[in-house]
Amino acid sequence: MKIYVCVKQVPDTSGVVAVNPDGTMNRAKMPAIINPDDLNAMEAALQLKEKECATVVAVSMGPPQAGEMMRELLAMGADEAVLISGREFGGSDTFATSQIIAGAIHHLGIKEEDLILCGRQAIDGDTAQVGPQIAEKLHLPQVTYATEIIKEGNTYTVKRALEDGYMSIQVKSPCLITCIKELNEPRYMTVEGVFSADEKPLTVLDYEALKDEPLIETETIGLNGSPTNIFKSFNPPVKGKGEMFVGSDKEMAMQLAEKLAEKHVI
Amino acid sequence: MILDQKHLRFQKLCRQFAETEFTKDLLDKLEETGDFDWDIFRKMSKYGFCGVKIPKEYGGAGGDYLSYAILVEEFARVSPVLSIYANTSNSLGGGPLMLAGSEEQKQKYLPPVARGDKIMVFALTEPGAGSDAGGTTTRAEEQADGSFILNGRKTFISGAPVADYCIVFAKTDPKQKGSRGISMFVLDMKLPGVSLGKPEHKMGIIGYPTCDVIMEDVHVPADALVGKKDKGFGYAMQTLDGGRLGMAAQGVGIAQGCLEEAVKYSKERKQFGRPIANFQAISFMLADMATETEAARQLVYHAAELKDAGKDAAMACSIAKYFAAEAANHVAYKAVQIHGGYGYINEYKVERFYRDARIVPIYEGTSQVQQMVISGMLLK
Repeated sequence: MKIYVCVKQVPDTSGVVAVNPDGTMNRAKMPAIINPDDLNAMEAALQLKEKECATVVAVSMGPPQAGEMMRELLAMGADEAVLISGREFGGSDTFATSQIIAGAIHHLGIKEEDLILCGRQAIDGDTAQVGPQIAEKLHLPQVTYATEIIKEGNTYTVKRALEDGYMSIQVKSPCLITCIKELNEPRYMTVEGVFSADEKPLTVLDYEALKDEPLIETETIGLNGSPTNIFKSFNPPVKGKGEMFVGSDKEMAMQLAEKLAEKHVI
Repeated sequence: MILDQKHLRFQKLCRQFAETEFTKDLLDKLEETGDFDWDIFRKMSKYGFCGVKIPKEYGGAGGDYLSYAILVEEFARVSPVLSIYANTSNSLGGGPLMLAGSEEQKQKYLPPVARGDKIMVFALTEPGAGSDAGGTTTRAEEQADGSFILNGRKTFISGAPVADYCIVFAKTDPKQKGSRGISMFVLDMKLPGVSLGKPEHKMGIIGYPTCDVIMEDVHVPADALVGKKDKGFGYAMQTLDGGRLGMAAQGVGIAQGCLEEAVKYSKERKQFGRPIANFQAISFMLADMATETEAARQLVYHAAELKDAGKDAAMACSIAKYFAAEAANHVAYKAVQIHGGYGYINEYKVERFYRDARIVPIYEGTSQVQQMVISGMLLK
């Protein structure tokens, strides 16, 4: 059984977002991290691996610098890492990215018992589109926003978070599941993993390796082939601070009513 | 020195772990109770920190001295006392066996120590034999069957209250003078005749308990002897040589922690209408702190690199320990000074760092002993 975990290296948006004069993000000025939701996907894969015999393969598309991120995933416990990297892929939007990643997974082979795990969304684009699009391209069933994954044979029972509750869905492998942070607490790298990460296989798939993949249309990848273009990015204006009331329900209701009356809302 | 990818990755792991797991609540609890915290120790063990420098064939990660120094530095940057939790097995605890243990001894003791299932500590100091370890009076009398009877008292033994095993140095041949005729033993702390003194109340590194170990007619088997009989003092000195690298790294971590706190505070704290960082009196102190910290770090990394290359590093380790221990104290002093009255209040991190820093020029060879080692090598 193989578990593919799709990961993305993203700029750390918890600090200040650096923007270039042309409106695009200045990634060089922001520290690169592993997309947080993807770490939940990796943790889920490693937990499944501990229960059953599985090979965990981390898959990412990105520049060569993302190689060190792949080593970190190997140090967490992934068995193999595949970095899809090539100038031709640069600037891809979600539509282009998902074809390339789907093509790469198809190239690596997906069997009946295999699973693909993704993070819900990346913190740089926040689209939550790549995971579902990969599933569509590969004609696989998908379950998004997983907060619990239980495996029995080739059947997965997934608890899927909704805004006002959850739903339980059963799905057969091969399938794709996107994970949210409530699913688990990602582990650190291990000491042993850090020291042995350089000995584990890290494969780079470039344009040459993937150009004949039937799932990839070479004219709809990269910056020029992508249907979406970024017009402008900017730091949103800081909102005013909220006010917290303390006390019993009645006291808080009184305070709220006073405030609203003050502002002539009521 | 520029760290390579592997060491950078290891540094990242240590930093991430320390920053996330060594919470204020945990650090306050250690300070209040003075007790060993088993939960954080188990978590460290689970991730493999206790076995960083123990070879792979004995259950460790087989890391080098540089990794070991990075581990202690990064942990000490957040909590000097918790850096000792992960240090002992890689240093004075596991070190003597890695140095002189037989294959059977290594197989028996090192894997559980590397996993953190067992704790092994080091007992050299006696009430009357500190810097002058040659003055050891603990006695080991060999019996006809090759076993030994141990009698004596070891003092200030870090970790003794929680230890399963203790590396003990005892005089096997009283006819030999000074540092000769001393042997090294691995003592099972559960043996009849082994008892502990009361836990000491220390100025700093509170939360890693320290007490005396008393041996009264303790019968240890022949295979408790580690290395050659009567050659223990040499093993002790060699172990301490590596150990002082770790304590030098602890000094660097403390200095770095103090520096970061001082930089942050001096930007926030306003006096005379502006942040105190804008006063040259403060900013020059910060510059001195950064300079001493970085110099200490480079000495430590260099000594580690020499050891990893298999070169003679005794002098480099002493220089690093001497400089880093003193630097930690200079930097901690200035960090408290920059904080003013707040630095004297135990709610502020620098107050604890200041007390913790004070042990570094004392244990594993005082600064004066390092001066003796360094000058001795210069003048021989």
